[in-house]
Amino acid sequence: MNPLINGIIQVQELTLLTGRAVRSITRQPRYWGEMFRQMDVLGVGSLAIVLLTGTFTGMVLALNTANTLQKFGVQNVTGQLVTTSLIRELGPVLTCLMLAGRVGSGIAAELGSMLVSEQIDAMRALGTDPIKKLVVPRIVALVTMAPALTVICDFVGMLGGLLISITLLHQPSSVYLASSRNAVDINEMIGGLLKPMVFGFIIAIVGCYKGLSTTGGTVGVGRSTTQSVVLASILVIVTDFLLSKVIISLLLQPN
Amino acid sequence: MGSALNAIEFRDVSLAFGERVILDRVSFAVRQGESKIVMGGSGTGKSTILRLALGLIKPDAGRIFIDGEDITHHTEEQMMEIRRKIGMVFQEGALFDSLTVYDNVAYRLREQHVPEEQIEPVVMRMLRFVDLEDAVVKMPNELSGGMRRRVGIARALVGNPKIIFYDEPTAGLDPITARTICELALKLRDLEDVSSIFVTHRLQDIEVLAHEYVIRDDKGNLIFEEEGERLCLINTKFVMLKDGHIIFSGTDEEIRQSADPYILKFFT
Ligand SMILES: Nc1ncnc2c1ncn2[C@@H]1O[C@H](COP(=O)(O)OP(=O)(O)OP(=O)(O)O)[C@@H](O)[C@H]1O
Ligand SMILES: [Mg+2]
Repeated sequence: MNPLINGIIQVQELTLLTGRAVRSITRQPRYWGEMFRQMDVLGVGSLAIVLLTGTFTGMVLALNTANTLQKFGVQNVTGQLVTTSLIRELGPVLTCLMLAGRVGSGIAAELGSMLVSEQIDAMRALGTDPIKKLVVPRIVALVTMAPALTVICDFVGMLGGLLISITLLHQPSSVYLASSRNAVDINEMIGGLLKPMVFGFIIAIVGCYKGLSTTGGTVGVGRSTTQSVVLASILVIVTDFLLSKVIISLLLQPN
Repeated sequence: MGSALNAIEFRDVSLAFGERVILDRVSFAVRQGESKIVMGGSGTGKSTILRLALGLIKPDAGRIFIDGEDITHHTEEQMMEIRRKIGMVFQEGALFDSLTVYDNVAYRLREQHVPEEQIEPVVMRMLRFVDLEDAVVKMPNELSGGMRRRVGIARALVGNPKIIFYDEPTAGLDPITARTICELALKLRDLEDVSSIFVTHRLQDIEVLAHEYVIRDDKGNLIFEEEGERLCLINTKFVMLKDGHIIFSGTDEEIRQSADPYILKFFT
C-alpha cells in the first residue's frame, strides 16, 4: 500500500479510537478497579526511571549552564535557569519520553498479545466493551500519572542541580535556592502540568491503537510495540513544540 | 424480520478480506433447539461464520438474524444485549491469561455485577461439569491444551446462554474428553433446548451428535440412547462449506448418501 494512504488511514483510525474512547469516559460502566491498577502499574511503576532521569538531567543542566553563565558573571542565576528549563521543557518531555518507552510499549504489547490470542474477541463475546475496560483506564491512568511524575522529575532535577552547585560549583545553597524560587510561578506551573497531561493522553492512545490494530501474530506484536514507541515519541516532541507556542502566547507573555 | 423459529439465520452473507472472498452469498438457518454441525476444509470460513454471528466482524453484504432480530447493523452497544444470549467456545480457548481459571469462568457474571456469593456456586458447578474442580486457582498457562479447552467451555456456559457456538471444541483431545464434550452438547440440546453451531471435523463427534440423544428418566437420571430404527427425533443437521459456498445442507442420512467426492472425504 502507498505509504501516504497508509498514513492517512492510520490517522483516521487513531482519531476514531480517540473519539470512541473520549465518549466512553463519560459512560457507564466504569472500571474503577482497573483504573487504579493501571495507575499503579503505569505510574508508580515508572517512579524509579523518572527519579533517575530527573536527577541526572538537573545535574547536567547545572553543570552546563553554570559554565556559560560564568562567562557573563551571573553564575548566581544557575538555580533559576535549571528550574525553568525543567518545568517548561525537560521535565515534561523527558518524563513522557521515558513513559513512551516504558509504558507505551507495554500497553501495545499487552493489548497486541490479547488481540492475537483472541482474548479481545472473548471479552467482547462475554459482554465487555474493550474500549471501556482496557483503553479508558489506561488513558485516565496516564493523564493523571504523567503530570504527577513530571512534578517529581522537576523536583529531583532541581535537587540534582543543587547538588552540583554546592559540590562542583561551590555556590552557597541559599543562592541556588533563592534563584530557583524565582523560576516558580503559577503560569509556568500550569504550562508545565498541561504538557504532561496531553503527552500522557498521546502515549496511552497510541499504545492502545497500535496494540489493538496488531496483525500477523507474535511478530506483529513486536512490530506494534516498536511502532508505538516511535510514534508516541515523535508525537510528544511535535506536540511539545505546538503546546509551547500556545502556552507562551497565552500564559507567559512578559508584562 | 427473520423468522422467530430460527435461532440463527444467515441470508446471502458475503465477506471478503481484501481481495480474498471468504464467504459468497451464504444462507442457512439454525432452528430453535437445533444443533448445526458445520464442516469444511481448513480456511473455508467456519470460524468466520461464528465471528459474524457474534457480531465481532460485520459482513460486506447480506443479513444476519439472531432470534429473529436483524443484527447486521447493530452497534457494539446493541450487540452486547444480543451476546448475553450466546456462549462461544473459541477454537484456541482464548482464555484471559492474566486471570485464574476461577476468574475466567466467573468473568461474565462479574461483568453483570452478580453478587460474589451467587457467583461461586455457579462457577464451581461449571468446573465440576467439565471435571476441573482441582484447577480453580491455576493460571491458564499452567494447564494442558485439553484443560484449557474445557475451561473455555465452562466459561461459555455460564449464564445459561440459549445459543452456543462450539469452534472445534474436540480438536486434539483424547477420545474420552472429546466424548464428554459431545455428551455435554447433547444434554444442552435435548434437555435445555439450546440451539448451537458445532464446528468439527471428527467423525466420532458426528456419530455422537447425529445418532445419540439423552433423556431424563423418572428418577431424574440422565440416559444416553442410540438412535433406534423408528426414532427420528434427533435435532442435528449438517452444513458443508467449500470455496465460500455451502455445498450441502441437510440431515445425517442425506449427507451420507451424497456422492460429492469432497463430502465423501470427510466421511472416510
Ligand atoms: N482478520 C483476517 N484477515 C485476513 N484474513 C482472514 C482474517 N481472518 C480470517 N482470515 C482468512 O479467512 C479464511 C477463513 O478463516 P477461518 O478462520 O474462518 O477458517 P476455518 O474454516 O475456521 O479454518 P480452520 O478449520 O483451520 O479453523 C482463512 O483463509 C483466513 O486466512
Ligand atoms: Mg476455525
